[in-house]
Amino acid sequence: MLTPIPLSQDRWFDFRMRWKRRRLRARAIAKARELTVLKRGTWARNDILLFCTIRNERERIDWFLHHYRKLGVGHFLFVDNDSTDGTRQVLLDQTDTSVWGSSASYKASRFGMDWINALMLRYGSGRWCVVADADELLIYPHWETRPLGALTDWLDSQGQQGLPAMMLDLYPKGPLDGVSCPAGADPLQVLNWFDAGNYVIAHKPLLDCLLIQGGPRARVFFRDTPNRAPTLTKLPLVKWSWHNAWVNSTHSLLPRAMNRFYDRTGGEAIAGALLHTKFLHSIVEKAPIEKARAQHFGNAAVFDNYYDAVAQAPDLWCEASTQFEGWQQLEQLGLLSRGGWA
Amino acid sequence: MNTALRPAPAAGTSSLGIVMLCHTALHRAAQVARFWLAADCPVVIHVDRAVSDAQMDAFRQDLGDHPLLRFSPRFRCEWGTWPIVAATQAASEQMLQEFAQVEHVLLTSGACIPLRPAAELLDWLDTRRDVDFIESVSIEHAPWIKGGLSEERFTLYFPLSWKRHKWAFDMLVDLQRRFGIGRDVPRPLQPHMGSQWWCLSRKTLQGILNHPKRARYDRYFKGTWIPDESYFQTMVRMVSDRIESRSLTLVKFDRNGRPNLFYDDHLQLLRRSDCFVARKLWPDAQGLYDFFLSDQPARETPIDPQPAKIDRYFELAAKQRSDGRAGLYMQSRFPLDDTATAKTAAPYSVFCGFQQLFRNFDFWLGQTANCRVHGHVFAPEKVEFHGGAKVYHGAISNSAALRDYNPRMFLANLIWATRGERQCFSYNSRDTMTSDLNWFMATDRNAQISVISGCFILPLFRGEYKVDDVLGHIGWLQRREQDFIAILQSKWAAADIRVWTLAEFLEDPQRYLSQTVGAAFPDVGPAALTGLPEILSLDGFDEYLAHLRNLGLPPVLLQDYKR
Repeated sequence: MLTPIPLSQDRWFDFRMRWKRRRLRARAIAKARELTVLKRGTWARNDILLFCTIRNERERIDWFLHHYRKLGVGHFLFVDNDSTDGTRQVLLDQTDTSVWGSSASYKASRFGMDWINALMLRYGSGRWCVVADADELLIYPHWETRPLGALTDWLDSQGQQGLPAMMLDLYPKGPLDGVSCPAGADPLQVLNWFDAGNYVIAHKPLLDCLLIQGGPRARVFFRDTPNRAPTLTKLPLVKWSWHNAWVNSTHSLLPRAMNRFYDRTGGEAIAGALLHTKFLHSIVEKAPIEKARAQHFGNAAVFDNYYDAVAQAPDLWCEASTQFEGWQQLEQLGLLSRGGWA
Repeated sequence: MNTALRPAPAAGTSSLGIVMLCHTALHRAAQVARFWLAADCPVVIHVDRAVSDAQMDAFRQDLGDHPLLRFSPRFRCEWGTWPIVAATQAASEQMLQEFAQVEHVLLTSGACIPLRPAAELLDWLDTRRDVDFIESVSIEHAPWIKGGLSEERFTLYFPLSWKRHKWAFDMLVDLQRRFGIGRDVPRPLQPHMGSQWWCLSRKTLQGILNHPKRARYDRYFKGTWIPDESYFQTMVRMVSDRIESRSLTLVKFDRNGRPNLFYDDHLQLLRRSDCFVARKLWPDAQGLYDFFLSDQPARETPIDPQPAKIDRYFELAAKQRSDGRAGLYMQSRFPLDDTATAKTAAPYSVFCGFQQLFRNFDFWLGQTANCRVHGHVFAPEKVEFHGGAKVYHGAISNSAALRDYNPRMFLANLIWATRGERQCFSYNSRDTMTSDLNWFMATDRNAQISVISGCFILPLFRGEYKVDDVLGHIGWLQRREQDFIAILQSKWAAADIRVWTLAEFLEDPQRYLSQTVGAAFPDVGPAALTGLPEILSLDGFDEYLAHLRNLGLPPVLLQDYKR
């Protein structure tokens, strides 16, 4: 599927993206002024850090912390974007968190990426960092038995500086607001269905990244405008270096080589999956609010239909849906791969 | 060494001595050392000189004083260099000198773990007093060598470290090859290689360490590459009379030649090993350390050793990494267009024109071959899945827009999601037919494409459209089909392709059809293929074509059609 581009063009893209990277870094440093320290924790030298921008995620945050603590994340660094539902207090009450607050626009900070770039530049250099939203739960091959430290040690030994993980949208059977998930409970108890094989992948030469689209959102909400379907490519685990910069959410990273975690010769490199718990019951109430805030998309008006459709609490489940069983199942389906990490 | 110099045996010392080479995760090495000491095995530990004094002191304190514990002179051991051998020599000499009881010496690393109770190993070695367990394979027959150097490890000069000066190292090798520089292997050495980890008898080890020409040989091996895998393996051939060419240490190498680490979830796998020691463990594999260093292996009923199972497990992972699964596209596998492996996951059949020529061809094929046959999967209105399904396997939607967003991925997804069931669908020039997709199928070895050319006109003819009304449309369809056939007949096509003109096909439809279906479904017997589906009436078709020709549109794909 991949058609290589000429070397001269490759070099030209490298050049362009080098300047883009510098611009993004400068922008991040400027935007860091929007952050105020609310709580500053400490962490050890080898700890894996997690960076997250968050807003009103009260029903997800407990499980989120639980999940990543179990994986072996040493410290959490949150940017709280004006939560009003008590999320901020929960974050401040934890022993292993640092919290920054910001009341500036989420959209104007490139959907939080400027803040994350700034924090990672300051605290993440030379370390393994997880970057995930509150509705994203990272899993990888053997995750139940091997902590993140084992994975990062192995990646280090292979000279690989990141773990690609496709975002897998999970949904319930029945209308979206049919079953609720109490705060602190495992969202996978409610959201346990997914689309197994309707993802399309394209290669983007400018960033040398893959663009994955598809899944239930494309199938139900964007069946007539598939190019607007959300991007599902993600790089949630990265060995950060000060000269890196996130470009487009955590879908793609600069320098360009940091997106090249796919094997071009036919082999399978290692990949994880990012379980997306977006479709909890509360999304139905939140949809009109988010539609009004218009903070999540560059051209927000285009996505009004999407919010309207979600507010109707549709049923994403179909007869060809697959029930989630575990990473072995995902590997069988070709959604993640152990890639030599036996 | 003279046997007279052997010190008096200490009481309660067992006959197996352990030499441990350590450089990281010293707390784990200490745990393993204590395990051996508890079994009264003397332990000589070599700690890499790169380890800081503070760490070294902590390590010594951790282990404490023990009558059977010694630390050997420290060397700076870099991967693939001589000091590893020197460190082993020094530690082994110390072992033999200071512990007279020792009959066998086992070389392990700090990241090794014993897989079975020490007593079991001791008993086992007791019955094999003079046997040397060392993997020693003649270099002509060593298949596992990675990195292209085999014999040249012994005949070239290697003044630089490969780890630190990769480019210069490769350059020097190239230069020596080009100018024929090299050195001779001192006679009578016959280079052998094998796992670094061995278990040698006292007699053999003494023979190697006290060899009259040892200084000469040491000098030679200092200049070879990766002597730790060849020094003892070569020397042992001169002094030992009972070599068992296998290592007692389980090591599984990955495709880069690095040992695979073992984790807690490998416990059951490791218990099936026929080796006594495993290398190497992830330092935080608490479960493995807890299990194997306790008395649990001794208490639990032993499992039948099945080393093949372990081999298979790691081979499969290595194969997945290097070859991948054919037809899979994911975030970590996105092969180049011309990669040799198949583009799709499984064989599938594409029928062009059959649906137009025969009545209910899809139904007939489904009945005959006992499979589910789709309609025109690339139809412009929607995806015609079998039975009119709205969503098919893998939650693939029937939306034409979604499909046309990336038709190649759509096809690859459909074939991937239905692995194990042969997919058959119709395709003709009315469908969304991009050259991209046509090339994809034509160069895909899994595709079987059968074309009856010109049949795209039949629905128009039967629908009693006046030629004058649809002339432009017919011309457009014909051009598309011509392009498609040109791709199928190009020299790059790799699919199983059959192209007939309508006239050719009608000469013997029975034979051609059974050929096609028989190739796709070898299980379907010839008897099932005798019932030909009904060919729709072609009365008046030649007049239709003649009219077409007279209007200035020659039906080139139907030139030979005459009734």
